[in-house]
Amino acid sequence: MFVSMFGAVESGIIYALMALGVYLSFRVLDFPDLTVDGSFVTGAAVAAVMIINGQSPLIATVVAVIAGFLAGCVTGLLHTKGKINPLLSGILMMIALYSINLRIMGQSNVPLLNETTIFTSITSFWENLNLSAPFNNIIAALGISGTPKTWGILFFSLIITLIIKFLTDYFLKTEVGLALRATGDNKKMIRSFSANTDILIIAGLGLSNAFVALSGALIAQHGGFADAGMGIGMIIIGLASVIIGEALFGTKSIARTTLAVIGGAIIYRIVVSLALRVDFLETGDMKLITAVIVVAALVTPKILEAQREKRRRLRKRREITQMADTKKGEKGNAAT
Amino acid sequence: MLQLSQASLTFNEGTMDEKKALQHVNLNLNQGDFLTVIGSNGAGKSTLMNIISGSLLPDTGDVLIDNNQVTHLQEYQRSQLIGRVFQDPMAGTAPSMTIEENLAMAWSRNKKRSLKPGVSKRRKSLFKEHLETLNLGLEDRLTAKVGLLSGGERQALSLLMATFTEPKILLLDEHTAALDPSRAELITNITAEVVKKFKLTTLMVTHNMQQALDLGNRLIMMDKGQIILDVDGDEKQSLTIEKLLNEFQKIRGEKMANDKAVLS
Repeated sequence: MFVSMFGAVESGIIYALMALGVYLSFRVLDFPDLTVDGSFVTGAAVAAVMIINGQSPLIATVVAVIAGFLAGCVTGLLHTKGKINPLLSGILMMIALYSINLRIMGQSNVPLLNETTIFTSITSFWENLNLSAPFNNIIAALGISGTPKTWGILFFSLIITLIIKFLTDYFLKTEVGLALRATGDNKKMIRSFSANTDILIIAGLGLSNAFVALSGALIAQHGGFADAGMGIGMIIIGLASVIIGEALFGTKSIARTTLAVIGGAIIYRIVVSLALRVDFLETGDMKLITAVIVVAALVTPKILEAQREKRRRLRKRREITQMADTKKGEKGNAAT
Repeated sequence: MLQLSQASLTFNEGTMDEKKALQHVNLNLNQGDFLTVIGSNGAGKSTLMNIISGSLLPDTGDVLIDNNQVTHLQEYQRSQLIGRVFQDPMAGTAPSMTIEENLAMAWSRNKKRSLKPGVSKRRKSLFKEHLETLNLGLEDRLTAKVGLLSGGERQALSLLMATFTEPKILLLDEHTAALDPSRAELITNITAEVVKKFKLTTLMVTHNMQQALDLGNRLIMMDKGQIILDVDGDEKQSLTIEKLLNEFQKIRGEKMANDKAVLS
């Protein structure tokens, strides 16, 4: 149980990078960008192919990020210069990327089993320093059975994700970042303050898909393979993370929201791994489970809000009738 | 400062709905001029505004700002020189962002946007000073989301954002029309103040004749895409609504069609 939860948290942290990308396009730019399904695989494919061809995993990951950035820029170009509807630009790019990804990989699946990846390097570095032992001791002291293979991947992913989070927080408060947010909020307004909304949309989608590709590249190295189908439904997973996170942790400030998105991505993974432990559910039910989680995350807050409102109104009404009653009572007393 | 020469624009040319929105309009504003533009619906006031701002391109004719040809500059390029307040109080601000962030975006109008924080300590105190001049208490709500402000407050903020970088031209597009009378008066007063303070060359479209008479040193009346009346100086100061209506009748040989313009 603990080991599977540990695995869920570990991959949740890596998927959080993808969710941050989705947050940038969906929330900040207000652009429902479906490129994600394709660019996630692009990141994985580029990294995997470069690694099996002997490149260093670090360089492979950086190139994967650049590939994702370019894919996002193309979607932005389709929308701003080609005047294609946002949803359609994303879908077109997603379809195009499916073929491009196959071309990059040369086959539909690239295994990385015996290759050196970022994570194998981190793991051996971590275990050489014997850093896992203290954490394992804590776990044992808490009376939880089972020890994970290494703590290195968890901490490394957490550091990467937090760095990206803080950079995003900072960026969204810079002059360019403010203009980017205003582009999602009120295009007419920011254009009247001399911001080129086309460039901002293109660059913003580039950045968003760069995050997604980074996540894809890391997931491929974590899971030990890149697959043409690994991106299917990724946009919904990203959206689920954003929505769950926002509903649970709030959106008071940008820093809070990006943290919520990361939390949402981790919780999503935990929920899925719990759901898969239910006897009659199979791995193939994943997408259905995802859909149910998203619907629940979207509908539950509204129902709760409606109930709260109802209770509030009922209370108000009761107060007024009570007041009226006491007044009547006073009058009655005065008359007698 | 602002020159429009032979500007023409026709919508839906060659169809049943053809509309000559602007016909060979010439306009020349000097530095510090405050021009009010009146006319009935469809007279071409908004088209004139949009051609100056760059939201619309003229079929023929040129727009010059400070003797520089800007006819072919895109809206976002031109807006370095032009401050603008829209009729809709929602249009001029970003609702989900804070007051200070909105001001920071406006402050970057005539500078290159960098990767430095938009709201620095120094800017904060600068924004506070500017907000204090509005007397609306907004200086104490720097971190409030603009979506929470009332229409009047938003329009006052839009006005400040449009003017405090001292643009070459200020365009006001019926910017008090969506407000109730008392708020409209407040915004009118603030407008007069800031235009005077920054000595802005201003062009204000309005449906409200009284407002057009009260504000500015020059007035033009438009009809069917043409400027049919142009008064300034003492003549403008002595104008009354009655005189304006008579003038319109004399020129056009018909009564002014728009009741709204008469009543307001």
